[in-house]
Amino acid sequence: MNDTTLQNFQTQQDPPTASKDAARDPYTQAPTPDKGQPVTRNENVEENLSVRVRDLNLWYGDHQALKDISIDIFANTVTALIGPSGCGKSTFLRCLNRMNDLINSVSIKGLVEMDGHDVNARGMDEVALRRRVGMVFQKPNPFPKSIYENVAYAPRMHDMVSRKADQDELVERALRDAGLWNEVKDKLHEPGTSLSGGQQQRLCIARAIAVRPDVILMDEPTSALDPISTATIEDLMDKLKKDFTIVTVTHNMQQAARVADYTAFFHLGEMIEYNATKQMFSNPHTKKAEDYITGRYG
Amino acid sequence: MSQSFEEISAQLKKRHRRSARMKWMTMGALILSAAFLVVFISDMVVRGWPAFQQAQLQVEVSYDEQSQKLPLAAVDEDVRPLISRGFFRSLPREMENNPELMGTTQTRWVIADSRVDQFLKGNEDRLRPADKETLQALVEDGRAALKFNTTFFTTGDSKMPELAGIASAAIGTVMTMLVTMAVCFPIGVMTAVYLEEFAPDNRLTQLIEININNLAAVPSILFGLLGLAIYISFFGVPRSSPLVGGLTLALMTLPVIIISTRAALRSVPDSIRHAAFGVGCSRWQVVRDHVLPVSLPGILTGSIIGLAQAMGETAPLIIVGMVAFIPDASISITDASTVMPAQIFTWASEPNSAFAEKTAGGILVLLAVLIFLNALAVWLRNKFERRW
Repeated sequence: MNDTTLQNFQTQQDPPTASKDAARDPYTQAPTPDKGQPVTRNENVEENLSVRVRDLNLWYGDHQALKDISIDIFANTVTALIGPSGCGKSTFLRCLNRMNDLINSVSIKGLVEMDGHDVNARGMDEVALRRRVGMVFQKPNPFPKSIYENVAYAPRMHDMVSRKADQDELVERALRDAGLWNEVKDKLHEPGTSLSGGQQQRLCIARAIAVRPDVILMDEPTSALDPISTATIEDLMDKLKKDFTIVTVTHNMQQAARVADYTAFFHLGEMIEYNATKQMFSNPHTKKAEDYITGRYG
Repeated sequence: MSQSFEEISAQLKKRHRRSARMKWMTMGALILSAAFLVVFISDMVVRGWPAFQQAQLQVEVSYDEQSQKLPLAAVDEDVRPLISRGFFRSLPREMENNPELMGTTQTRWVIADSRVDQFLKGNEDRLRPADKETLQALVEDGRAALKFNTTFFTTGDSKMPELAGIASAAIGTVMTMLVTMAVCFPIGVMTAVYLEEFAPDNRLTQLIEININNLAAVPSILFGLLGLAIYISFFGVPRSSPLVGGLTLALMTLPVIIISTRAALRSVPDSIRHAAFGVGCSRWQVVRDHVLPVSLPGILTGSIIGLAQAMGETAPLIIVGMVAFIPDASISITDASTVMPAQIFTWASEPNSAFAEKTAGGILVLLAVLIFLNALAVWLRNKFERRW
C-alpha cells in the first residue's frame, strides 16, 4: 500500500460521520463482543474450535508486525486471511506452526492455543507442532527427490509406517487425496520437480497431508499458478476441509469468496474484521474491510 | 522530438567499437593463458618423456658359484662397465631365490648403466672410447635398446639414476593424503555445517568467519612451522612421517574445505529448508536429508580441489622433514617417507642429466594424478548434481 492511499484512508477515517449506523462504525469500538469470535457465525453448522489465538503480538526487531490479534479458527473449515501486502497475514500464518522461529529477530507475545496447549510455551516442541500443523508454501517447493519420496519422506521420518506395503498405501492415499494420483501413478520415481507448477503444488499438498495433520496452512498457494491449476487447487481445498482445518492466505479476494467459510481482514498488523465469508463479502461490519473488498485500495 | 535511426546508429558506432575491442582483449587474455599452458605442458612432456624409457642390454649371464660370490664375473668383461651396478647387486639374491638357475647361462635383458642410457638418448657422452665401441656393436646387433621404464614406477629413490623411481614417493603421497583427508574432510564439513546451519549470526561467528577466510590466505610454509612446533616438538609425532605431513597439510586444507562447503550449503535454496521444517524435520534432519544431498557435489568438488592443492604442496613438508632419501617405501604412517613434490625437489637439485629427466618425468606423473583428481571432481559434480 503506498502513501497516497494511506492518506486517503486516514482522511476518510477522521472525522467519523455521525449519521452512520453504529454497528457499521469501524473506528470507535471493536467489532465483536468476544474478540476472537467472528462477527457472524455460519448458521446451522456445529463447528468445533481448532486454534485459539488471543492478543498475539509479534515484533521483527523493533518493528511491530502483529498487534493484538485474537481469532478462533474452527475445525473443518477454510479460513482465508486477506489484506494488502505487508499487513501481517503471512506472518500471522507462520505463527501457527512457529515457522517464525527460523528468523532470529522475531519476538512473540500472546497466546496461540491448540488442543489446550500453548504452542509458544517452553515445553512445546516445534517439531511436534509441525507434525500436527502442516504447511504449503507460495512457490511449489517439492524436495529434490522422486515423487514417491516427496510423499513418503515425512511419514517415515515420523515413524508412521514401518512396512513397505503400508508406505506404498499411504503414498497412494495422500496422492489420491491431493487429486494427483491418476497423473503420476506411472511415474512415481521421477523427480518431483519434473511436474508442472500446478502438479508440484498438489504434490506439496500431498506431502503435507501424508502425515495426517490437524491443520494445513497455505501461504498464497495459488499465486504462482495459472487459472486452471488455481481452480483445481481451490476444488481440492473444498474437499480437504472434510478431514483437515485449512487456513489460507490469499491476495485474490474472489478466491477467498469462493473457498473460505470464514475470512479475516488484516491491515497494518491489525485484524480489522473477522466474519463469515458470506457476511464479509455482502455486508462487512467495518468500513476498512468494505473499502478493501470493493477495491477502493489495496 | 525523438531521434531518427540514422542519428542513433551514428552514436552507437562508438559503443559497438568499444565492445568489439573488449571482446578481442578478453579473448587475447584467454589465448595468452592457454598458450602458457600449452608451452609448459609440452616442455614437460618433451623433457619428461625420456624418463619413461630406459636403456637395456641383452647379455649372457652365467649363473655359477663364482658369480654368486663375485657377481661381476657373471658377464663378459667388456660389457661389464655398461651394465648397471644395481643388476650385479641384485644377482646373488636372485640366485638364492631361484636355485634352478644354478649352473645355467641365460641370455637376458638387463638394465644398462645410466651413462649408456644418456648416451643412447643423445644427452651426454661420458663413456670411455672402448666401452663406446662395445656399445655400438651391441646396438648394431640389436642387443641394446630403449625399452619402457618399469623401474621408474616400481622403485624408490636411488643414488643410481637408472634405479631411481617415483613409487615410494607416490606411496608416501597416498598415505599423507589419506591422513589429510581423514582429518580435514569430517572436521571441515562439520565446521561448515555448524556455522551455516546451526550457529546464530552474531559477532562471534562473524569473527570466526573472518579468521577462517584469513587462514586460507596464510602462506603454506607457516603451517609447516606450526606443524613442526606443535606436532613434532610438543606432541612428539615422528618427523618425516606421513602422519605429521598429513596433519600439517590438514591444517592448511581445513580453511579451503570450510569455505567451499559453506558456499555449497549457502547455494541450497531456503525453500528446501522451509519445506523440510514444514513437515516437521528437526534441524539435523533438514541438514542430513535435504541440504547435504543437494550440496554434496559442491562439497566434494571443493574438498577434492583443496586436497589436490595440498598434494602439490612442498614447503610445509620440507619443514617437517619429508624431503628425505627414501629408497624403500613403507606403508606405515609413522615411518619416514617422502612425497612426490618433495621427490621432484630432491631430483631437481641433482646435477646429473639423468636426474634432470627424472625431475620432468616426476612432474608428469604428479600432473597426471592431479588431472585425474580434478576430472574426478568434475565427474562427481555431474553425477550428483540435481535440479530443483
